[in-house]
Amino acid sequence: MRLLPCGDAGLLVELADRDEVLALFAGLDRERPDGVIDLVPAARTLLVTFASDVTDLGRVATAVRSVELRGGDRGDAEKLDVPVVYDGADLADVASLTGLSEREVVAAHTGQEWTVAFCGFAPGFGYLVGEDDRLHVPRRTDPRTKVPTGSVALAGEFSGVYPRESPGGWQLIGRTDLVSWDLHREPPALLSPGVRVRFVEVAR
Amino acid sequence: MSIEIVRTGALATVQDLGRPGLAGLGVGVSGAADRGSLRLANRLVGNDPGAAAIEVTFGGLAFRAVDDLVIAMTGAPCPATAGGFGIGPNAPVRVPAGAQVELGVPPVGLRTYVAVRGGLAVEPVLGSRATDTMSGIGPAVLAPGAVLPVGAPTGPVPGVDVAPVRTMPADEIEVRVLAGPRADWFAGDAVARLGSSAYEVTADSNRVGMRLSGPVLERARDGELPSEGMVRGALQVPPTGQPTLFLADHPVTGGYPVIGVVVGDDVDRTAQARPGQHLRFRVMSGVGPQ
Repeated sequence: MRLLPCGDAGLLVELADRDEVLALFAGLDRERPDGVIDLVPAARTLLVTFASDVTDLGRVATAVRSVELRGGDRGDAEKLDVPVVYDGADLADVASLTGLSEREVVAAHTGQEWTVAFCGFAPGFGYLVGEDDRLHVPRRTDPRTKVPTGSVALAGEFSGVYPRESPGGWQLIGRTDLVSWDLHREPPALLSPGVRVRFVEVAR
Repeated sequence: MSIEIVRTGALATVQDLGRPGLAGLGVGVSGAADRGSLRLANRLVGNDPGAAAIEVTFGGLAFRAVDDLVIAMTGAPCPATAGGFGIGPNAPVRVPAGAQVELGVPPVGLRTYVAVRGGLAVEPVLGSRATDTMSGIGPAVLAPGAVLPVGAPTGPVPGVDVAPVRTMPADEIEVRVLAGPRADWFAGDAVARLGSSAYEVTADSNRVGMRLSGPVLERARDGELPSEGMVRGALQVPPTGQPTLFLADHPVTGGYPVIGVVVGDDVDRTAQARPGQHLRFRVMSGVGPQ
């Protein structure tokens, strides 16, 4: 663990891997230390921002160090089933990129548990990591200017669900009716860090 | 009670102190670019410091008071009139129903805050009335004809005639910077270079951030940094070596290394810099890696 001060109101914690990021996030989120405002998990880091009139870097650093990073600790995160119609525009491309058949792509996507590692790109867009590397594919060389809401997609080591229509370069394998982002719901994002996801195939 | 927007100038939005605590969901804090000026405007009219007010970019706002109002203007000091009479900044001003308030162009500074006693009572989104121009969350950018409801006062009008404020510099703005978190991604002299001469604020600047132009900050490392959380005030450096300073609507994460972070209230002062003005970074020693 490396602690990198980020101005006078932030601490960037660099960790060994994503599991440690999620474990530290879960540990700090369970009981937020006084003055902590935001926890921003990312690929290898957790950013902790705090109110500098309530706490300081030293106290936040102590709180971070006191979290025991248990492997596989993802807090009491919820489990979520995401119904998917697998008819995405890039399903055939994903099959040829992975050397699987289209049906095997679907089986690989539905057959493993995914975990939201972090959010970014757009409000409510979760970066989901799976359990194996069968579906690791590059982004499209030619990004789309419009990806429809609910598109289920792959890029790099991640899977994701587009929370609203936006430009995007991920490979589209299907679509879901699940509203992953709703400003009038509490919480607005279903795919928040730590949440465990199963994709379930449904008929079109 | 309400006000009706007549003219907006370049950009006028409703802002408060934003949406802290949701960055983990990909929602940035947003809120007033110059938070200190927002707080002061609210205090002058007896509001909570974080009540919603109008952030006006480069003057030009005009609105009509539908009811009797008390308002205060802070930040960039626009010449202004209410019902044709001159009114000054940093002071509570009574505006009678029907009068039009008009702001000219500020001679210095960029963003003016107009607070109304009672606060603007537009519908909050995720607990805030701030317009996040990057994610599109919050009230719409103001346009002529918009009617903004005004809330009920929460406290007495303070007995203040005028608040003392620091004069805004016409050119160079000196701000403090703490090196890191990714200073080690840069050549050994890069942090010193950052403080060696002033950086010009380019026209490519908005509420998300401002692109700066000045001494090139060279990287010592190639390769990509995995995306990581970003803070307001961060100086993010893309491969061009020219830093971008993140303001209120900055992205929650970013993939370029941050060489340093402007600290505390100094970010407010950078939010008042116009294109063509210069920022001088005073690199503070102090906190190193823990």
